[in-house]
Amino acid sequence: MSKQQNSMKQHMGMKAASRISNTVVYIILVAMSVIWLIPFVCIVIQSFRINPTGMTRYLLVNPEAALKPGLEIRFGFDNYIRLWNSDFPRWYLNTFIIALVVAVVQTVIVLCMSYTLSRFRFKLRKPMMQFMLILGMFPGMLSMIILYQVLKDLGLALENAVPGLILVYVASSGMGYYVSKGFFDTIPKSLDEAARIDGATRAQVLFKIILPLAKPIVIYTILTAFMGPWGDFVFARYISNGRIAAYNVAVGLQSWLATDTMTGQNYTMFCAGGVIVAVPVVILFMCLQRYYVEGVTGGAVKG
Amino acid sequence: MAPAILLMVLGALCPAVALLLRLTVTQSTDSLGVKLTGFLQIVVLVIGVLLVVFGVINLVRTIVRNGRIVRQAQEEQAELHRIGLCRELSDAEFLQLDKGEKAVNKFVRGLVRIPVGTWNGIKKIGLFFKNAALGIVNECKDIWKTFVEGDWKTKVSFLVMGFGNIARGQVLRGILFLLLEVVFIGYMILMGGYYLSMLPSLGKIGPHSEMKLVPGVGEIETTVKGDNSFKILLYGVLTIFFIIAVIYTWRVNVKQNKTAEMILKSGKKLKSGKDDLRSMVDDQFHKTLMALPTLGILIFTVMPIVFMILVAFTNYSSINDGYETKLFTWVGFENFKTIFSWDVGGVNYAATFGEILLWTLIWAFFATFTNYFLGIAVAMLINKKGIHLKKVWRTILIMTIAIPQFISLLYVSKMFTLNGLFNGFLIDLGIIQPANAIDFWGTPTLARIMVIIINIWIGIPYLMLIATGILMNIPADLYESAKIDGASGWKQFSKITLPYMLFITGPYLLTSFTGNMNNFNVIYLLTGGGPTNALRSGAAGTVGHTDLLITWLFKITTSGSDPTYGAQYYLASVIGILVFIVVAVISLIVYGLLPSVKNEEDFQ
Repeated sequence: MSKQQNSMKQHMGMKAASRISNTVVYIILVAMSVIWLIPFVCIVIQSFRINPTGMTRYLLVNPEAALKPGLEIRFGFDNYIRLWNSDFPRWYLNTFIIALVVAVVQTVIVLCMSYTLSRFRFKLRKPMMQFMLILGMFPGMLSMIILYQVLKDLGLALENAVPGLILVYVASSGMGYYVSKGFFDTIPKSLDEAARIDGATRAQVLFKIILPLAKPIVIYTILTAFMGPWGDFVFARYISNGRIAAYNVAVGLQSWLATDTMTGQNYTMFCAGGVIVAVPVVILFMCLQRYYVEGVTGGAVKG
Repeated sequence: MAPAILLMVLGALCPAVALLLRLTVTQSTDSLGVKLTGFLQIVVLVIGVLLVVFGVINLVRTIVRNGRIVRQAQEEQAELHRIGLCRELSDAEFLQLDKGEKAVNKFVRGLVRIPVGTWNGIKKIGLFFKNAALGIVNECKDIWKTFVEGDWKTKVSFLVMGFGNIARGQVLRGILFLLLEVVFIGYMILMGGYYLSMLPSLGKIGPHSEMKLVPGVGEIETTVKGDNSFKILLYGVLTIFFIIAVIYTWRVNVKQNKTAEMILKSGKKLKSGKDDLRSMVDDQFHKTLMALPTLGILIFTVMPIVFMILVAFTNYSSINDGYETKLFTWVGFENFKTIFSWDVGGVNYAATFGEILLWTLIWAFFATFTNYFLGIAVAMLINKKGIHLKKVWRTILIMTIAIPQFISLLYVSKMFTLNGLFNGFLIDLGIIQPANAIDFWGTPTLARIMVIIINIWIGIPYLMLIATGILMNIPADLYESAKIDGASGWKQFSKITLPYMLFITGPYLLTSFTGNMNNFNVIYLLTGGGPTNALRSGAAGTVGHTDLLITWLFKITTSGSDPTYGAQYYLASVIGILVFIVVAVISLIVYGLLPSVKNEEDFQ
């Protein structure tokens, strides 16, 4: 009897302890969420701000200051209208075209590469993989200088940076095969063999059996390929080399901030541009989140 | 032990919180707000004292309880201790060591493994070259044998590629071979020969002025452009690639003749063109699939790297651009000497490089491990039993992954400028005076710390995702049995969770370390490498305190406005090569240290 009581007591104690620790965890989690979201909330608020000065007032309402003439808190769509009349729509279109083409072509290439390296055993397979590992150790930026010169010779740089950038992104995308290869490795080989015995060619095995099973990784590849160009800064800047019409959003928005005094309109326009860039990407991402999570975790586990 | 320390640390933090509260009321005078904060301060201080007292009690209790057990164990271990901690121990022996000794033993063995691992790596490379040499010798023998024993069709094929195929009825293959040979010969005569012959000098005649006869005006001095060093180097490299490819194809052509002869001799039929096409989607499907990706990698990754490695041995810059203003030429190891020199026109490149390399390594270390451990911690917090809304917490963090990094990085970088949001808040709250605004990006050490902290902000959601996936895969019965044995939460973490994570994510840690060494975006978009390092003002590019090697490289390639040197592409290449060497050496060492690299066939 006393033993039972004792264990009951212990149980109650544990419950109380876990309630305290859970409260602590909740506090930490709320604090984290605030820290993680604040910059983004700020961006959104700032994008609607009309007055060029006094940005903190919009976030931490200070009634005294807000009453002074010229410093009123005013929200409106001015920044978005200004954005529409600037070079931004052009940049957005550039980036969108790049992202769309890259998403399609890069996915095809990555899938070809990873499927082959996962399923076929040929003489050059291991050496190729090791070679690509070594290639990956060179800083990618090193090739920038020559790629720029070559693309310039081909007429695919400066004003025509968009096709040039597509070519650069797509061409070396075969190197990023790790994640999807890891996924293909988990599909049992016996499936292939069964189909082969039934007389299917290798191509039929790929298109009719493996690809339908690989839907998550296909979506993951498309998603990451589509999101990549939105954030690329280095190559886009180097290859467009000051030709404003050929910028992508990253280069364009950065060029606004680089010349900014924090009180100018460029800053609020940057925020508005950031919102317009982020919203579609975030929505797309949230819809396909499940696949992204699967891909990322799988990729890290298989190294 | 751990909870006691945690309590004491929390208790010690409370006075700091109270102090912060005190700081907020420097501005206004007596009011309800002040009274409230005063009360809060007292509450916080009391909590702090209580926490410390609890911590001490807890600590004393643990020590007394453990004391008895420890004394017993000490006697048993004394003997083992005499044996020595440096040699390989059996599992049973190892388990008997205490914590400190285990660490010493592991550390010493790890140290021993570094040279062993490196040596193994070098041996492997040596073996590779030995095998390659042997392979070439064998190939040559085989080619000779094919020639001597082959029939006349084979012998003609040595000169006219594909002749054997056509003569034996494999028209499609034969025509492809022949076509390649024709193209190759045409290319070599029209272009390849010139570029190849110019490769040793990279061009003889640069841009120069010439008197030109213009009808109706007379002789006029005009600038005439000569050779193009850039193109010579580029096409020279391409030509060499092409020649290697043709030699390989020629070898395939010889081999095919040999097999065709053997097949015909044994009375079987050769494959027709139709069979060949069919095998492209069947037996040879991998070649079809790989053709395009491999070509892309060869042209857009391998070729540029080879080219840029060669540039490191030239004086190619935006002034010696090879065509418009001046030719460039080979300079041997001159540029490597520059990077490792103490005094090049008043610039200490060795120190500059050393400083940046050191910071790059420090950055990569902190960026990798802070993210890693904090990411695991966050994942565990969310995974904790009894926490509700798990999906919401996760979604909030994951959402920040979706927002393109350049937006968040640029915005956060602006948040912390002198007149940015953060200082604005502090001023509005009356914590600091406008004149004392904190210069986050102008103070070297502060800028470095901020970069690391903001990188944590960027990286945690990603690591949280990965850690969540792995944590869920840890077999639950491990924890069950640990609980039955009475293991505390901390014990469970350090004995089960962490080792499991480290084992699974070892390779990932390595790639993320090297990835962070080359993490251009975070550094460049946050600080642009700044604040400027005044000591290194003469060096190529504008060297700053948060510059990584990779951002320095970028700055050099874009510093075209430098009046005397221009953009020193050759220095950028040298840095690129050195980055590669550092990354390769680290990878080699870590691969030596990792538990046996997993066998990929195990997964299938």
